[in-house]
Amino acid sequence: MLGEGIIKGMVETAKNFVGSYHDPKRLTTVEYPENKIPAKENARNFPFLVFDGVDADKGLRCVACQICEKECPPKCIYIIKDTVKKPDYMGKMQIQPKIFDIDISVCMSCQICVEVCPFEAIKMDTQFELSTTDRFENLLLNKRELAKPNEYYHKIHPTEATEVDERLAAEKAKAEAKAKADAEAKAKATVAAAAAKAAPTPVPAPAK
Amino acid sequence: METLDQIKDRIEAAVPGARLEIIPNDSPANQPSLLIDHEHAVAVAKFLRDDSQLQFDYASNVTGVDWLDAVLKEKVKVKQVVEGVEKEVEEVIEKKRAGYLEAVYHLYSMELKHGPFILRLRTENRTDKVHLPSLTPIWRGAEFQEREIYDLYGIIFDGHPDLRRLLMWEGFVDHPMRKDYVEPDDFEYEPTPHDEVLERAKEHYPAEAKP
Amino acid sequence: MISDAPGQMGMTSESASQVPLPEGAGQSNYTVIPKTSAEGTSEGELLEVAMGPQHPSTHGVFRMDVVLDGEHVVKLKPVFGYLHRNHEQIAESTTYLGSMPYTDRLDYLCSMTNNWAYALSVEKLAGLQPPERAEYIRIITAELTRLVNHTCLVGFLLQDMGALGTPLMYAFRERELILDLFEALSGSRMMYNYMRFGGCRVDLSADWIEQAKQVVDGYSRFLDEFEKLLTENEILVSRTQGVGVLTVKLAINASITGPMLRASGVNYDIRKVDKYGIYDRFDFRIPLGDHGDVYDRYMIRVLEMRESVKILNQALRDIPAGPIMDPKAKIRGFRPKAGEAYGRIEGPKGELGFYLISDGSPNPYRYRVRPPSLINLTVLEDMCLGETVADVVIILGSVDIVLGEVDR
Repeated sequence: MLGEGIIKGMVETAKNFVGSYHDPKRLTTVEYPENKIPAKENARNFPFLVFDGVDADKGLRCVACQICEKECPPKCIYIIKDTVKKPDYMGKMQIQPKIFDIDISVCMSCQICVEVCPFEAIKMDTQFELSTTDRFENLLLNKRELAKPNEYYHKIHPTEATEVDERLAAEKAKAEAKAKADAEAKAKATVAAAAAKAAPTPVPAPAK
Repeated sequence: METLDQIKDRIEAAVPGARLEIIPNDSPANQPSLLIDHEHAVAVAKFLRDDSQLQFDYASNVTGVDWLDAVLKEKVKVKQVVEGVEKEVEEVIEKKRAGYLEAVYHLYSMELKHGPFILRLRTENRTDKVHLPSLTPIWRGAEFQEREIYDLYGIIFDGHPDLRRLLMWEGFVDHPMRKDYVEPDDFEYEPTPHDEVLERAKEHYPAEAKP
Repeated sequence: MISDAPGQMGMTSESASQVPLPEGAGQSNYTVIPKTSAEGTSEGELLEVAMGPQHPSTHGVFRMDVVLDGEHVVKLKPVFGYLHRNHEQIAESTTYLGSMPYTDRLDYLCSMTNNWAYALSVEKLAGLQPPERAEYIRIITAELTRLVNHTCLVGFLLQDMGALGTPLMYAFRERELILDLFEALSGSRMMYNYMRFGGCRVDLSADWIEQAKQVVDGYSRFLDEFEKLLTENEILVSRTQGVGVLTVKLAINASITGPMLRASGVNYDIRKVDKYGIYDRFDFRIPLGDHGDVYDRYMIRVLEMRESVKILNQALRDIPAGPIMDPKAKIRGFRPKAGEAYGRIEGPKGELGFYLISDGSPNPYRYRVRPPSLINLTVLEDMCLGETVADVVIILGSVDIVLGEVDR
């Protein structure tokens, strides 16, 4: 019968129409500014810099190694090194960034800076309501605007942040253990050397 | 599928006078290719398409490559060194290679489901002798891709039915995919203070550029 | 014409005093061409119209210069380049990893398959082998992408036919569920940047697999609903059957790939031919068309979605535990040996290939995308000749183009 297919289709649309009044699953939209869908844990938008403790300048993990600046595909990161040094998470003295700018009008949220960073210093934010009236200056984020505490990182990506913390703690413990062992070996060596000096016949000093 | 050497022998038998050369490929992909000359290109292509054992009826990918003038350093060994048993000193020979443009055709067979077979065509130089025979009469699928090569690399395909620019507009002068292409200086102010961007910003907007 | 002398294009010297108008300003966007018979007598007029670039049926910025005799097409020339950004040049000046996010932006409906095609080519070039779990993840994401693409395409095709809203909204409702899955996995809704050379970036959780199973289960129900809505609809049938026929011979010769080729009845699917990844482990069939018209192209997509659901069910059931990256792969300082490689996969739109030449530096010397959308447009004129203008719109819709990939 001509028109049978159309009637079948109409039945289908009618089912969907009536269904949306009965079944909350069929309601697929939310009214945005009042209601929001909770962000996914892996969600990413623009990068931010992680710092430990309370002071953003002291605790900043970034050591201005400029790897992210080189690897960034659209070249939206700009870093100038400072002369001031501060210890990184391993206790090694490192240079701090003097200027760290990210132009989020150029950034394409690809996450490559996060992947290449060896210091776990740059991470992806989930904040997306960033509209401003000035498309140049307000979209160029500087170091102060980018720095966010580790607690914030834990809040937005709990699983990932815990993993990172564990990894950093393990590396630090390993480095400390190594430093301790080195120091002990050094102390032994000096003692042995002193003993060797005192003795009339030289004894080969034990290797570290 | 037959090996490239066998196919080469058969082409030489079928197309008398064709000058062929196998181009090796060192990568793990192991996809060597066959360089063919201009005069017999169409005949060779027709043979590859129509031969009953090959039937490369499908030109999948056609693309251009720009090779600049270069000094090639070739390591030459007189005897094969097997695990360092024979001690041979490798000689480094420097060869000057004139630049050329290249068109690469990746062929497959839909009928026999084998491939790829890679054809290469090279122009004589990069400036005035940039003509190549078009293979569009053999494989219609090359039509837009050859137009794109003409547009972006400047290879002129003789025998192409409709050789116009594909992506750039008519009246555009240069060929933007060439390695020595210089992009026009149409800089607009952008806030990211990058090194080279900053210099150009100073040049274009002396008052606005910031440190 | 080939000559590109700069003097030919610009303004004439007499208009130097006044500000020159932009090219084409003030002109009408059509031309009337007198039509004469062989004897030289007038037979009316032909009309040359520019369809696009700002036209809703062209799915983006794409122009067709159409010559019309009454309502019928006499000549049709596609014009490209409105979205050209020299993707290949950009990729040649950045690192191998750096162009991975740019591949997302080629065909922005199917970023996962673009990622896979590029990763596959680089793996061929560098000799990497992704572990088994990564191969499963790739197949799962690629088949979900195929579902997204084909559902959207059917929605858009119906939109082009004048079914405003309903089919497209139903399609987008289902697409949303898959986008949610992808967001939970990769962090982004469309620009995933998910695959890496030798594996994938993040692992699937058990939770994710459960969610994916639910979505896939719901999908076959949705396909039943969608087919009830459309497949037997008399208007759709009469608009599409016998329209835009593509013959087998022309389809092969013009390098048509993907659902369009199979709608013409050629059994060629790279998943079966190349068996890349681990597609040889899955039980699925290749649907083939008979007539090569728009209706067959629509049906092929619906049937392919059903086969994708089959693959997904098997993959989600069988996925093993294990690592997701090749231990030889590295993120920083990736330099493949000099050489070249061409890798291709069966994307939702056709054969998507990447041709790479390495000279041993961190950037590719040559990076080429084989865009299925562009090459499938080769036969647009042949399919449209003699059809009406309204049919041109649906023929273009059935080719399935995304301008990000056509123009690159």
